[in-house]
Amino acid sequence: MSNELVLHSDVDVINEEFMHHAHGHEHHQPFITKYIFSMDHKMIAKQFLLSGIFWAIIGGLLSVVFRLQLGFPDQSFPILEELLGKKWAPGGHITADAYYALITIHGTVLLFFVLTGGLSGTFANFLIPLQIGARDMASPLMNMLSYWFFFTAGVIMLCSLFLETGPFAGGWQAYPPLSALADASKGSGAGMDYWTISMVLFVVSQLLGGLNYISTVLNLRTKGMSMTRLPLTVWALMLQAVLGVLSFPVLTAGFVLLIFDRHFGTSFYLSDIFVNGVGALSHEGGNAILYQHLFWFLGHPEVYIVILPAMGIVSEVMSVNARKPIFGYTAMIGSMFAIVVLAFLVWAHHMFVTGLNPFLGSIFVLLTLLIAIPSAIKAFNWITTLWKGNNIFRPGMMFAIGFVSLFISGGLTGIFLGNAAIDIHVHDTYFVIAHFHLVMGVAGFFGMFCGIYHWYPKMFGRYMNNTLGDVHFWITLIGAYCIFWPMYYEGMAGMPRRYYTYDTWESFKQFAELNKFISIAAIITFFAQFLFVFNFFYSMYKGRKVRESNPYHSNTLEWTTPINPGHGNWEGDLPEVHRWPYDYNKDGREFVTQVTPVEDGEELH
Amino acid sequence: MSTSTVSNSGKIKWWGGRISPANVEYGKLMMWFFLISDALTFGAFLISYGTTRFATASWPDPNKVFNAVPGLEGHYPLVYVSIMTFILIVSSVTMVLAVQAGQRLDKKAVVINLVLTIIGGLMFVGCQALEWIHLHHEGAWWGRNPFLNYDGTAASPNFTNYFFTITGFHGFHVSTGILINIIMLIMTLCGTFDKRKSYLMIEKAGLYWHFVDLVWVFVFTCFYLI
Repeated sequence: MSNELVLHSDVDVINEEFMHHAHGHEHHQPFITKYIFSMDHKMIAKQFLLSGIFWAIIGGLLSVVFRLQLGFPDQSFPILEELLGKKWAPGGHITADAYYALITIHGTVLLFFVLTGGLSGTFANFLIPLQIGARDMASPLMNMLSYWFFFTAGVIMLCSLFLETGPFAGGWQAYPPLSALADASKGSGAGMDYWTISMVLFVVSQLLGGLNYISTVLNLRTKGMSMTRLPLTVWALMLQAVLGVLSFPVLTAGFVLLIFDRHFGTSFYLSDIFVNGVGALSHEGGNAILYQHLFWFLGHPEVYIVILPAMGIVSEVMSVNARKPIFGYTAMIGSMFAIVVLAFLVWAHHMFVTGLNPFLGSIFVLLTLLIAIPSAIKAFNWITTLWKGNNIFRPGMMFAIGFVSLFISGGLTGIFLGNAAIDIHVHDTYFVIAHFHLVMGVAGFFGMFCGIYHWYPKMFGRYMNNTLGDVHFWITLIGAYCIFWPMYYEGMAGMPRRYYTYDTWESFKQFAELNKFISIAAIITFFAQFLFVFNFFYSMYKGRKVRESNPYHSNTLEWTTPINPGHGNWEGDLPEVHRWPYDYNKDGREFVTQVTPVEDGEELH
Repeated sequence: MSTSTVSNSGKIKWWGGRISPANVEYGKLMMWFFLISDALTFGAFLISYGTTRFATASWPDPNKVFNAVPGLEGHYPLVYVSIMTFILIVSSVTMVLAVQAGQRLDKKAVVINLVLTIIGGLMFVGCQALEWIHLHHEGAWWGRNPFLNYDGTAASPNFTNYFFTITGFHGFHVSTGILINIIMLIMTLCGTFDKRKSYLMIEKAGLYWHFVDLVWVFVFTCFYLI
């Protein structure tokens, strides 16, 4: 079969539409197809981004509320009664049920809706076609559906917040029996149903998006764009899609079994146990640990789904702003491959205290510690990229450097946690909270901020304010360390996570002041994010206009498009690529774009 | 020049950009990745089934559970399910013929073979429905297991729990496949593929159909043979 036929795709339709535009028929697209049901990958990316910002504010606000409880357990905050109602915050004190609901939804929303949907949804959609030289995704229709499944999932999750019994409150992992028995806790009834439906829709969205990202990168690269000439962002985004496509289906299977346990009287995860509030169960033969295996088979790759796009963005932004080729391009790709493979082989390190066979545990320890190698290679490469670079400290670059700092200081403690013997001591303590918030949560956010500040001019044709960006960066970086670094010490002292109050434990009373400090830092850091939100929306209309098509003197293809590219991205033919994307300060030239032909006698990088 | 899709020696540079490295259209590529993804869903189900079964002391004998054939008296262990399996595998053969006919742009043969495939699929799902009704009459359902273990002791309800969930999930896939094939049939009859001069969509539907058949082989082995 000829390759011309093979490449037949919806992209041809865009080509036609695009040619139509180019011939001067300036017809206005109606609002609904331009901004709402748009099939333009750039618009879909912005939709993901705006949804992500919305959910980040919700998720962050929830954490402010429960940090008030943790930092000031004796004080009452009448505003909470105003906000949450008499049922959830009587007298300005949130109830224990409300506390559990808040932490559960905080985790679910930030991990899935912001750091997965918001981060990879935004940048995979925005950057893949622009950086590989394609007019759009392989299937713009599926791409649009991916967003609308995500949107619907969000609406359902949002609705669950307003249920009378509250949203699901059994922790973001939704372990049975709390998630399997409607009477086990307040949120286990309707709240859990909403949660499950929302998550299943979210998985569909990820699948539609992921299939699209992979096939777009493989099939729609422009002429000359071989795999080893792809920017690292594209590699990272493609590999995270591979992770998602392979791990989310297992979670789906786990959820299907959970739904049957909840509604059809099966006992996949339930056995003849006694549950407080429910009584003795009549189920037999099920195993709650089975759910944990199915969940963490997704759950661990999920953290790499979050961090790989951030890594890719950081690599690209850092190289552009250091005016140097990225150090160890091939090693970066190799490390990402290693991370993808190892991601599937380490899930049981979340389960060392479940009664896992110690021999099996030791194998998981070994595989877990192996991940330190590719991670360290990447950290080393970032630092050596910065080394002796002509660094330009734009906000995007600041966040890229901040990402590396957080990735190291959060990641090193992963080595502690990956050791079963140490994990048994610090399992489910604030040590874990500090570890994953720094290495995945805040670092993921830094990757996202880095990308937004860097590609904002390409997205909206205007610049964000750099001063506000710098202030935002410093408050966020210092704030993040003030919040999470002390938690390492609390965790090493054994302070457990998820507790509503520590009043009754003599051993944790010493941390009362520290908890207060953390809460204040968290509140300041949360409200500092509005600097970014303001900057983002203000600059959209009032920001300094972009006047040159390549403001950063960057090499990648997205800067060869017009300043405000239409659907189809390039006017005229697609660009042809002649070299890799990191030719900075090569042969006396400050930058050499990918579309510059190789001169006679010029050596490739 | 180094960036052309054909190198100086005349060899096609499959990974050089502008062409599909595996010479596959994007939709087919997506279908392959979707199938890998779906295989992991079924894999997760069957592994869950396996762990639960291994953790349970004893299990019913499939030869005794699945021993009825509609309209016949007496015990015929696994005969009925063998017929079902045979029908499904034959439907895979007709699907292959439809795909081949599509490659020859032979519209009539495509239509005939697609109709045969749809009939095969409907027969399989129908047989499955009859089997479920029969088992339901015997008292089996989610959460209820009337069948005894090998050793005569009362068996775990997880036997029926997994049976109905996994065969149900597979039946759902077959039904989806039938729906896809019906859409393909309508598109063929409307001449959509003739206009495109390509029956590639049939190939993609075929991939899905074969995958569903392949999964049945594993489901069949796990529930009826082992």
